[in-house]
Amino acid sequence: MGRGGASQSRTRLRDRYNSWLRHHRLSAADSLHRVLEHPWSSMLTWMVIGIALALPVGLNVALDNAQTISTSWDSPAQISVFLEADVTSLTARKLTLELATRDDIAKTVFHSREDALAEFSTLTGFSDVLASLDQNPLPHLIIVSPHADGAQNTAALLQEELQARPEVAQAVLDMEWLARLNSLMELSRRIILAVGGLLVMGVVLILGNTIRLAIENRRDEIVIVKLIGGSDAFVRRPFLYTGLWFGVGGGGISAFLVGLSLWFLERPVNNLALLYQSDFTIHGLGIMGGLNLIVLGGLLGLSGAALAVSRHLSSIQPR
Amino acid sequence: MISFERISKRYGEGHDALREVSFKIEKDELVFLTGHSGAGKSTILRLIMLMERPTRGEVVVNGRPLRKIGPRAIPHYRRDIGVVFQNHQLLFDRTVFDNVALPLIICGYDHREVGRRVRAALDKVGLLSRERAMPIALSGGQQQRVGIARAIVAKPTILLADEPTGNLDPALSAEIMHLFEAFNQVGVTVLIASHDLALISRLHHRIITLKQGKLIAGGAH
Repeated sequence: MGRGGASQSRTRLRDRYNSWLRHHRLSAADSLHRVLEHPWSSMLTWMVIGIALALPVGLNVALDNAQTISTSWDSPAQISVFLEADVTSLTARKLTLELATRDDIAKTVFHSREDALAEFSTLTGFSDVLASLDQNPLPHLIIVSPHADGAQNTAALLQEELQARPEVAQAVLDMEWLARLNSLMELSRRIILAVGGLLVMGVVLILGNTIRLAIENRRDEIVIVKLIGGSDAFVRRPFLYTGLWFGVGGGGISAFLVGLSLWFLERPVNNLALLYQSDFTIHGLGIMGGLNLIVLGGLLGLSGAALAVSRHLSSIQPR
Repeated sequence: MISFERISKRYGEGHDALREVSFKIEKDELVFLTGHSGAGKSTILRLIMLMERPTRGEVVVNGRPLRKIGPRAIPHYRRDIGVVFQNHQLLFDRTVFDNVALPLIICGYDHREVGRRVRAALDKVGLLSRERAMPIALSGGQQQRVGIARAIVAKPTILLADEPTGNLDPALSAEIMHLFEAFNQVGVTVLIASHDLALISRLHHRIITLKQGKLIAGGAH
């Protein structure tokens, strides 16, 4: 008897699970059917969501690409060592060789003051003016590249050490541009994050409003279903699925838009890379990125629908 | 089956819809509820459906005091009651079949069982051949019969009807009433609100009469 009761309740549980599953399938199919029934208005919703998601995602992809370029520079820091005016060319060359033997220095390049003057006159066209000077105003220069694995502060220490030497007039660490670039990137990432956050919020609200309209359109049906015993979850389900479909479609559209704009940029970027003798190629979203975008869209759709449903469905009661 | 114990219902504006109404409807009974509009017929149906709660008194349905049924338990409670509405309340974007199937879908029957039961219900109301039709293509009497098929498809123990013949001519009205009698004969408790006295007095069932919220006849069994 006891066993019979237990197995009966188990079948009942399985029945309930099956009917729950059945209604999920039914709601999913029915709401997908409703979404596809009005292809133009659904397409508009998908496009709005797609564009709103594609904007931050596309910018982020662009930034990721920019970051791969900036980290591919192998020697981020260089120290320009300007020597005192009275240092002879020979001493300067000796110093260049001596510095090159140090462990913390990867490379040194000597630019003599005569080379610098010649270069300056050809570049500027002031050759007459320069020829009239009775002495060369330019100093000898040694470009010192610290080892790339050294941290930023070892380069700074090296710079201080070089600065202290008597032959050296000034040692300049060319690192500021890199710091500037990095903080610019950080700033851009935050701007994208903020804009992305706003747009994501917009997407949720747009979807919430779309679902609210769907609820309004089916008000009579909701009343009838509640009158003949449909639970809140039963009434809620098709609308949550509607939100899901709008979100998934929007995510798909945004993945497509990002892919399209990267394809549009690919050729000029490759040409540019070729001109800079770089083997840089643009990196897209990839299949996983696209799928993530679709999943994200789906989640946003669900949350928009949940928002609308929680606000509007309970107010519809049989009167 | 259904018992009203000194039920009063006062709406916010101070209007008394029901005053101290008591009656009992036994299982297998068919009872008419009549009175002018505003006499409280609909309020009684709404109290049974738990669309309203009484201001005073206790309603008991199938042995359960309704005040013990909380908001979350209402859907489940309603599944055991079939309702026929005056204006049919059909879903006009779905076929006759889908309209009738709705209560079964809500209860979670699998689709073979749904098909079997929907066809049986449509057969009983004489609309088996129209299962693929849209409600808009049907006459008023046919639409009402779809509404009845939907009300009985899940085999409820209680069937409520609010002016089910409101917009129908006398011949169709009599036909609809005979349909209710047929369901009553197979053991369904039926309560029909109707102001068509000429029709219901011919049918020889108990008639509960309300006037301005008070029960004036038919309360005693």
